[in-house]
Amino acid sequence: MNSTDTQRPETASRPKRELALVSRSTYLKERALQYLFFACAFLAVVTVVLIFAFTMLQAAPVFTDIGLANFFSLDWAPTEGRFGILSLAAGSALVTAGALVLGVPLGVGTAVYLTEIASARVRAIISPAVDLLAGIPSIIYGFFGMVIIRPFVAEISGGLGFGALTAWLVLAIMIVPTITTLTIDALRSIPMGIREAGFAMGATKWQVIYKVVLPAARFGIVDAIVLGMGRAIGETMAVLMVVGNAPVIPDSVASPISTLTSQIALDMSYSSGLHRTALFGMGVVLFIISASLVGIVRMLSKKRKG
Amino acid sequence: MSVYQNAPAPEVSAITAANFDFWYGDFHALTDVNLNIAKNKITAFIGPSGCGKSTFLRCMNRMNDLIEGTRCEGVMTLDGADIYAEGVDPVDLRRRVGMIFQQPNPFPKSIYENVAFGPRLQGVTSKSDLDDIVEESLKRANLWKEVSNQLSKDGLALSGGQQQRLCIARVLAVQPDVLLMDEPCSAIDPTSVQKVEDLMAELAPEMTIIIVTHNMQQAARISDCTAFFLQEVAGEPATLIEYGQTDALFTSPIDKRTEDYITGRFG
Repeated sequence: MNSTDTQRPETASRPKRELALVSRSTYLKERALQYLFFACAFLAVVTVVLIFAFTMLQAAPVFTDIGLANFFSLDWAPTEGRFGILSLAAGSALVTAGALVLGVPLGVGTAVYLTEIASARVRAIISPAVDLLAGIPSIIYGFFGMVIIRPFVAEISGGLGFGALTAWLVLAIMIVPTITTLTIDALRSIPMGIREAGFAMGATKWQVIYKVVLPAARFGIVDAIVLGMGRAIGETMAVLMVVGNAPVIPDSVASPISTLTSQIALDMSYSSGLHRTALFGMGVVLFIISASLVGIVRMLSKKRKG
Repeated sequence: MSVYQNAPAPEVSAITAANFDFWYGDFHALTDVNLNIAKNKITAFIGPSGCGKSTFLRCMNRMNDLIEGTRCEGVMTLDGADIYAEGVDPVDLRRRVGMIFQQPNPFPKSIYENVAFGPRLQGVTSKSDLDDIVEESLKRANLWKEVSNQLSKDGLALSGGQQQRLCIARVLAVQPDVLLMDEPCSAIDPTSVQKVEDLMAELAPEMTIIIVTHNMQQAARISDCTAFFLQEVAGEPATLIEYGQTDALFTSPIDKRTEDYITGRFG
């Protein structure tokens, strides 16, 4: 007999009692839940794959019947068999770039104010207001842009006010909630100790913000900007209502243009044949752009962890 | 009433506090603190958790200003000048009174940029001047040998003890008169503790060092003067109980409560 046994005699002398086995019903319940949640998650993957496959299939004649040279040309005149999307893509790029130029400082500035400067009382007012901006339907933004901003642009530019400039102003406000919310997350993830270190080194509040906090949060802020960009590129309704929908390279920021999304929305209901095919081709282009943006965000967050 | 044994006189003091009280909102955290911190010596603040020693330390560079709703009464001076006088710029004060925190908090920048941060704030732009300051500060912080060939590495990639010495180098780069250390050794490994303590002894002849510590052996080992703080009743303000030369306070404390604390009867 070894010493362990002599020290604990009661354990051995107690009547033997079997440990309970996992019951059949517990086992089944656990398994069922596992499959249920897997199904939920899998649905997202299936949907993405199906939508992409469907769009690709519908767009296939772009390669065979329209030809890439025609598709990637400047001239959009579907009734005459010319399906060049470049002026539309340029419109999308122009509208998005301008929205970012205005919206990024606004969104990042709001986030910096809310996390670094505002008192709890002020924050309690502004924070919900920013969240509400995200909840406003895009048709309302479009309406607002058309009725309030457009006449204002018309007055300074002399035209009708439909065009990139109006779209910039509308989209800039629309992407603020995305950029602000994500930038706030990025700023909050910066440890308080780093800010304290900055102040203790004799930095002013402004120096702590732009020399310590913003550089530390730069990856998160880039994420925020990329996702804001995705929102701006994909926005359809509000843009459709204010850009003027002329598929041309514009003479000025206040003259009508068109974008990929707004053109799809306008034409989809009546188009047929190759025209419809071209719309699906534009869809594929949009799909690739937003997938690349997601890819960029993923790559950045990997880099940050690594 | 606090008791004093051979406490420094005001004329040889870097920092003095008189009738000093402090509040966090409605909570009265410290009351009636009177003490003079000897110039170019090491002073230790000891006491149980929540006794206000860190709070008092953070009053010395006005770090508590950053917390909403705090206020203080009484007088605190740095080299004879009132720290809390109207119009005093806390930013300038903090350049003269540096601080090291419990958690090493290097910026997420390179080692070089961490040390160059303070000088850059003060307008040093010449690359060669910055190089010199960075090298000298890292040498004084006894970190140069370990990092001299990897100055562009992220400061956060260093070990905890190295990070703490990097933070010390960062402070030394702005040549403060006073160095406040808020439990600088409680989050780092024992070998690094030894290095930081050696470093403090090397710096003391030309710098006033005040250290908050939970480790009484550390206080006894490294400090010239020791102050014992205590909050006797929960909810009531804490205060300074006893202050004086470290050997006197540890070998023959006057106040019974000091004796109880250093002999481990509470806290």
